[in-house]
This record gives sequence, structure tokens and C-alpha cells, in this order.
Amino acid sequence: MNRRLLRKIKNGVFLLLSLIATMVGLACLAAILWTLLSHGIAGMSGHLFTQMTPPPGSAGGLLNALYGSAVMTLLGILIGSPIGVLAGTYLAEYGRNSRLSTVIRFINDVLLSAPSIIIGLFVYEIVVVRMGHFSAFAGALALAILAIPVTLRTTEDMLNLVPVGMKDSSAALGAYPWRTTLSVLYPAARSGIVTGLLLAIARISGETAPLLFTALNNQFWSTNLNAPMANLPVVIFQFALSPYKDWQDLAWAGALIITVTILVLSISARVLLALLQTQQGSGR
Amino acid sequence: MAIIDPRHAAKQLIYERIFRSATLTAAILVLLILGGVAVSLARGAWPALDHFGFSFVSREIWNPVTDQYGALAPIYGTVVTSAIAMLLAVPAGFGIALFLTELCPPLLKRPIGVAVELLAAVPSIIFGIWGLFVLAPVLQRHVQPWLIENLGHAPLIGSLFRGPPYGIGILTAGVVLAIMVLPFIAATMRDVFDTVPAMLKESGYGLGATTWEVMWNVVVPHSRVGIVGGIMLGLGRALGETMAVTFVIGNAHRISSSLLAPGTTISSAIANEFTEAVGDLYTSSLIALGLLLFLITFTVIAAAQAMLRRLERRGVAGI
Repeated sequence: MNRRLLRKIKNGVFLLLSLIATMVGLACLAAILWTLLSHGIAGMSGHLFTQMTPPPGSAGGLLNALYGSAVMTLLGILIGSPIGVLAGTYLAEYGRNSRLSTVIRFINDVLLSAPSIIIGLFVYEIVVVRMGHFSAFAGALALAILAIPVTLRTTEDMLNLVPVGMKDSSAALGAYPWRTTLSVLYPAARSGIVTGLLLAIARISGETAPLLFTALNNQFWSTNLNAPMANLPVVIFQFALSPYKDWQDLAWAGALIITVTILVLSISARVLLALLQTQQGSGR
Repeated sequence: MAIIDPRHAAKQLIYERIFRSATLTAAILVLLILGGVAVSLARGAWPALDHFGFSFVSREIWNPVTDQYGALAPIYGTVVTSAIAMLLAVPAGFGIALFLTELCPPLLKRPIGVAVELLAAVPSIIFGIWGLFVLAPVLQRHVQPWLIENLGHAPLIGSLFRGPPYGIGILTAGVVLAIMVLPFIAATMRDVFDTVPAMLKESGYGLGATTWEVMWNVVVPHSRVGIVGGIMLGLGRALGETMAVTFVIGNAHRISSSLLAPGTTISSAIANEFTEAVGDLYTSSLIALGLLLFLITFTVIAAAQAMLRRLERRGVAGI
């Protein structure tokens, strides 16, 4: 009887600890969001979206940084996602069981968790050193390299979910694999692939380390892709660590904008995926 | 009905070749990127490695004025901050995974799971500024004085908790890293626990085992490989994490016996100094740091992936 009580107590202690761990995890998320909201809303103002990043001691906004982030993220996705989608198509359709595919899948998973600062150094070596100066293009390229593994992985997974019968039917009608892929598989896996794109955008739009020595930063308005360009993460990095109150407020406002954007993207990706799953569930 | 038009068929074949080679090229590009990273880092690091030889990784000195560089302090900082992070995040991640798979009411399972995953989506720079402005002052005021008072004079570990409470430093960086990798570890462990056949667990309960006993004696042994894989994946993240650490580590190129002292890590040294580095040897030394980081994280992540893959295969074969 005593032994049974001991086991029960042990069970209770560990389950309590597990509950506490979950609480702590959720509390961290809540604390971060709360800090961002309370500091960020104070920094919000109409100037944020109409004025450039200011010199210390004067008021200003984040227009150039927002523009730069949007341009580089968009360019990064435009370069990276077609490569990711095509490579995912190869893995799912053409080379499903080949040794090459096994290696590529493995390397891709490694790239997926590789430190982003390494990618920044790589682009610095191959682009910035060759061109002799920092540029928005180099920044976009670094982001593109980070977007590839995310889109590749989701594309392959989603294509694998398409029922084999659909592929066989298309082949039976005499369609070549390329036609089947474009007209049957891609439409069937569309929301899954879009999910991958959203996740990739969420991943790269908050990246700071790879932009530090590729796009650098720019205090002024610039649309030149061949010159350094302002971007939100690097501006937050510089402004938050500065001693100036104005700059710190802008950093908090920028941090709030980035986080809200990324959380909205991640949540929409999840909702899209959930919709896809219920659709497939009812289809059967 | 169908009349085969040879011209049409030939055209189809050409499109097929084009599409196939486009997908193959994209797939091979992934290999080339990883190869390119290795080659370009090795080339950029060569001047420093050639100049300092093995002493690059064994010396603590980091002096841009005299052009003397050694990587020991950043390596130490990277290893110690990651160790602190794992020490905190692994038990907590295990707890969250246990809660989500065994305890959580089904209605809350998904929302809590999504919340944990959202924590993983928060960019590292946000953890950095939160760590600097919120966590560091809290640790400085409440946690570090307690550690100094109660553990500072303890035998063996006492020297780890001496010196003034700066707030920022190795310990704070480790705590921020722990919060960052926690969702990765928790989510991987949860997925691994979910692969344990319900029959095994039910058998345990049927023998009268408590929830914890089923967890520890059935679920954990069954998913050992996956647990280690998940931990190593988190470790890979912690080792390479840059921005969050850069904010709170204090950026001092020295090795202190105390965990409360400022330090540096490989990635934060690169992030802080790279754009300001003048001189070829300085830049090359920073790239050599990058090469070190690449080799370390590549090994850890590759091992993690290999373990998780083994589990996947077994999972399929086990059905």
C-alpha cells in the first residue's frame, strides 16, 4: 500500500512539473507579445509610414526600412521559391527513390536548420566581394537561399499527398509527366504549395544576420538594387542598441510590425493547411 | 479516337526533357549551394588559418590593433551558452511534449500546440531585444544576486556564480537561447511521442502503470532515437543562433570563470565585427570563425537528421 502511494506521488510530481513547463513556455510567448505590444504601440505614429529613418535626436519613421524589407523579401521569394518548387517536384515525381534524391533531401534538411549568418558570409564572399560593395541584390540573394529549403520541403510533402489515381488517370489520357505535373499535380497541391510560400516569407522577413553584411543599411530612401538598402531587421538591431530614446522607440515599433506580420503569415499558413486537410478528408 | 501526330509527340517529348532538366537543375542547385558555402568559407578563411595555424583555435587573444586573433573565447562562449540552453530547454521541452501527448484535454491540444509553434516563428532579433530590455534586468535584479549569494561560495561550482550581476552575459544568453530552442525541442518530441503505437501505451496502463511510468518505461525507450534527434536539432539551432545572443552576451573576447560575466560567441563576434573589420587578416579571421561554426553545426544537424530519419524508416517498417 505504501509503495502504491509512493508511485502515485511520483506520478503527481512529474505531471505537475510537466504542467509547469507548459505554463512557462506559454508565459514566455505571452511575455514577449505583451512587451512588444506595450512598447511598440507607444512608438506607433503616423510618421512611421511616411518618414525616413531619422538621425539621432529627431523624429522620423521607418518608411525606407519597410520599403527595403518588402522589396528584398519579395525578390528573395521570387528567386528562391521557383527553385524550391522545381527541386521539390524532382524529388516527388522524377527521382522519388533515387540515391541522388536521398542525398538532396538530407542536404536540404541540413540547410533548413543551418545558421543564417553562414549564408550571409557565403553571399558576402561570392557577391559583395566580387562587386566591391554592399547591395540590396546581395541581401535578396541571401534571403532567396534561405527560402529554398522551406519551399522545397513543403512542395515535396504536398505533391506526395496527391492521390496516385489522379496521376495515373492523367497518364492514361496520354499526358507526359510534365503536363500531368503542371495541369493535375500543381492544381491539386496548390494550397499546400502556397502554405510553403507563406512559411518561407515568414521565415525570411525577420532574418537579420544574413542582411548585416549583404544589404547593410541605408539611412536614406533608395530604390537602387545595386546599392545598400535599409531594412527593418537591421534598423531594429542598430536602433535598439543605441542610447537614443527616439531610436529605441522606433526599434520597438519596427519589432511589433515584424512580429505581427510573421505571426499573421504563420497562422494563415496553418489555417490553409487545416482547410486542405478537411477538404481531402471529406473527398474520400 | 486519338490519332497520334508524330510532330505533336516530338514536341511533347521536348517539353518533357526541358521540364525534367529544369527540376533536376534546381535539385542539384541545392547541393551546389552547400558545396559553395563550404568552398567559399574555406577560401575566405585560408589567410587566417595559414597565418596562425592550429593556434587559431587554441588561443584566447583577439586583438585587432596588433592583428592577433584566436578563436578560443568565441568557441568557449558558443559551447557554454548552448550547454546552458540545453540544460534548461531539454527538461522543459520534454515536459511540454509529455503534457501535449498524455495530459492535455483534446480541446486544448491544438491551440497549445500552435502557440508553441508560434513561439518558434518569432524571429531571433525579437528574442534579442526582449532579452536585453526585459529579461536581463529581471535576471540582474532578482536571479543573479540570489545565485551569487547562495551558490557563489559553494565548492566546485562556486566560481561559476561570482562577480557582479551585470544582467547581460553568458548566463543570460543561455537563458534566451533556451527559450528560443524550447519550441523546436518540444514540437519534435511531441511528434516523436505521437508515433508510439497506442497499443504499447494501453498495455502499460493495463498492467496498472501510472501515466509517468508509461511515459518513462514505454514511450521514452520506444522513441529514444527520435528524442536524441530532436535534442540535437535544437542544439544545432542554439549553436548557430546569432541575433538573440548578440544583444545579451556583452561581447567581450575573454574567458571568465563566472557565468555571470560578459563573453562572446562565434556568431555574435561575426555579427558585431564583420562590417567594421579593417585589414585582410581581421576579415579572414572572422570568416574562419564562420567556417568553424559551419563545421560544428553541420556535424550536429547531420547527426540529428540521420537519427530522425532512422526513426522514420523504422516507423514505416513497424506498421
